[in-house]
Parts: sequence; structure tokens; C-alpha cells
Amino acid sequence: MRAGRVVKGVRFRDHRDMGGILELAGRYRDEGADELVFYDITASPGGRSVDRSWVTRVAELLDIPFCVAGGIRDLATAEGVLADGADKISINTPALEDPALIDQLARRFGSQCVVIGIDSRREPAGEGGGWQVASHTGDPDRTRYGRRATLDWVREVQDRGAGEIVLNCMDSDGVRNGYDIEQLAAVREACMVPLIASGGAGAPAHFVEVFHRARVDGALAATVFHSGQIPIPELKELLADNGIEVRR
Amino acid sequence: MSGGPVIVDSGGANISSLRFALGRIGCKAPLTADPGLITRASHVFLPGVGAAADAMRRLEERGLADLVRGLQQPVLGICLGMQLLYEYSAEDGGQACLGVVPGRVEKLVAAPDRPVPHMGWNLTSLAGDSPLFAGLPGAAHFYFVHSYAAPVSPDTIAVADYGGELTAAVGHGNFFGTQFHPERSGPAGARVLQNFLGL
Repeated sequence: MRAGRVVKGVRFRDHRDMGGILELAGRYRDEGADELVFYDITASPGGRSVDRSWVTRVAELLDIPFCVAGGIRDLATAEGVLADGADKISINTPALEDPALIDQLARRFGSQCVVIGIDSRREPAGEGGGWQVASHTGDPDRTRYGRRATLDWVREVQDRGAGEIVLNCMDSDGVRNGYDIEQLAAVREACMVPLIASGGAGAPAHFVEVFHRARVDGALAATVFHSGQIPIPELKELLADNGIEVRR
Repeated sequence: MSGGPVIVDSGGANISSLRFALGRIGCKAPLTADPGLITRASHVFLPGVGAAADAMRRLEERGLADLVRGLQQPVLGICLGMQLLYEYSAEDGGQACLGVVPGRVEKLVAAPDRPVPHMGWNLTSLAGDSPLFAGLPGAAHFYFVHSYAAPVSPDTIAVADYGGELTAAVGHGNFFGTQFHPERSGPAGARVLQNFLGL
């Protein structure tokens, strides 16, 4: 989200307006989404915090859990967001800058509230065969890579008390060619807490594939839902037909 | 009893989502630690997140533990609030609780593919004869977030499976509890709240 509107980019760039926050939240509630994540992508790069006046309005509207991400870099901010009615907070760049923040948040609010968002891409050729974490991904000009290897960071955040990991695979984000199965499966091996796949969903079959092949606990998508290209009820029917347990 | 429903303010707990959920079904329940208001309420919600020892200490500090034990109207404990209804919780090295429902709350055991806290939607079998589940199918998905759970007992009215069966909801006399969060469990959760208010 940016300035009260929902936006979506392609590979973290060129964001398009997708609608008002409450309007989309209500639509997803009615369509049967199981959880919503609100990312304020303008927050962290500008070194400032999120305007969170909408959190309470979303909490009033939704009857499913939701998570707030963006610019939460201290206990007081986290407490405010949770008190306003969010079920979880997601930390990304601030956790990389100060990993002890994860410990503090988990001790204070419990691991169940603490989601770690990880933006990760394939290491450039010549730098090894793995994946690396990016920070400040809300602003392409400030995005930084390579501070940590993804699998190391996945292990560390769990040790520090993360209750859930959302892995956003940057190479596949917004391109709709399917989730990054190879990366997600590798992270799954290292991840004992719920793992949510993000980045790349373009067709219903991609969801079936990521649950079967990467054994993730949830699949997050934006573009295909925002645009109405994949209706959630039909998607859930397909998942159920493929032996994946879903709420209907 | 002359008042409407109330939410017990046990402090520290994040209860805005419960308040909002009740608002969506047309129920304005004040958050209160006032013994008179709670005693006169038609229905009493006992929410709770956090740890058992903290929650019991806060109830006792406010003189609410004995008061809740003595309530005659329908009481609904949610999540930790349900666990507090039992005699004892293994949390915090062992904590005596309200003891209005027989039994003990134990720690969930983690396994490689079964992390603790148990967090997320889980298919829950519902006792068809419980008024709490009127109008719902025999099984429905509810949203859970917890690290401790009560084993299945004769008072269990809903069962979920997480590495073994656990009490997803309990009913003992006028005391009811849900381990899941009805306020975050979609239309099925709203129905449970509505059914409770109809008791």
C-alpha cells in the first residue's frame, strides 16, 4: 500500500493502483481469503513509519486474521498496531538491521504475532549457487542485496523467535510464471514454523504446485486476486479437488 | 441481571478484534473490570492473550477471579480465556486457574512438521447437540493461535486435531470456552458468537 491505496508492481517496480484498502479488504473477506497481509511499501525506504489510521478500520471490517507490514521497527510501534486490532506484525528490513528486535518482539508479544518477511533472490552468477536476502525493497533505488544468505537468515529468525516466515521470491514476483518452487522447497527444509509462499502466482495450477511440491503452509498472491483473474472460491475448489485441505 | 453482554477487562489482552466482531453482529459489549457490571451482565466474555500466570494475577489483582468463579450467567472464555476456566495450566511452570471446568491444560508438543504455536485454520468437529454450534455443519474451519491445549474430556464440545485430538471448545454448566478465535474465524465464528449470545 502507498498513501491509502493498494498498489502492485512487477518485480518490486512500476506500481499500479489496485483500489482502496477497505474496499479490497471487504471483497477478499467475502470471497473467502483466509488471511490478509497489508504491506506499506513506502514505509521503510523513507526511514519513516506507516500512517496506521486504517488498521482499526480494517480490524472492524475483517473477520479473518490480518497482518501489518512496513516500518515497524520498535516495540512501541508494534504494540500500537496490535492494539489497533492487527493479529500479526511482519518485519523485514528492520529485522535485518537489528536482528535482536525479533527476540524482543517475540518475548513481548509471543511468537504467534511475529512474522518475518524475507525478500530473496538467486545469487548473481559467480557468487555461489544459493539465494540472498534483499532489504529496503519498497524503493528500487535503495534496495540492497547480499547482506545474508537466505537459508542462514531463515534459521536465525526462527532461533530468535519468529512465528512465521513469508518468503517473497523476487525473481518470480509479479511475473505470474509460478512460485519459485526450488527456492521454497529449499527454505521449507530449513523452516520449522509456518512458511508462506509469495511471488509468482499466475494461474490456479501454480497454487496446487506450490502446496504439493514445496509443502508450504500458505500461498500469498496479490496481482491475480487484485485483478480478479483468479476468483478465490474457484481456486479453493481446485485445491480441494487436488487433496489440499482448505476452508470453504 | 439487568445489563447486556460485557467483556471482562483482564488487562494486557488485545481485545479490540473481539469487540469489533461483536459489533458486526450488532452487539455493543463494554470492556469492563467493574464487578457490579460483570455480575449484572447477561453474558460475559473472558478473552485473553498472553500467558496464564500473568492473566490469573491480573484477574486476582482486580478481585475478578472469585467473581468470575461465581457467575451464573453464560460465560465464554476465548483462547487463553478458555484455558483459565480449567483447574490448572502447565504454562509458566504450572499455574492454578479458575477451576470452573474440570481438567488441566497441557503444553502442545512440537514436531518437525507441526510447529508450536499451533497457528492457523483447522478443521474442527462440532458436537451437534451443543447450542453453541446451532446452524453449523458437523465440522467447520476455525482460526487457532495457541501453545497450550486441554485434552479431550467429557466436557469437550468441539475437537480439533494437531498431533492428537485437543479440546477446541468446552461447555460445563454455564461456562463455555473456545480454544479458537471466533472473532477471527469468518462466518462460522460469527455464528458461534451469535449462538452464545442467544443462550
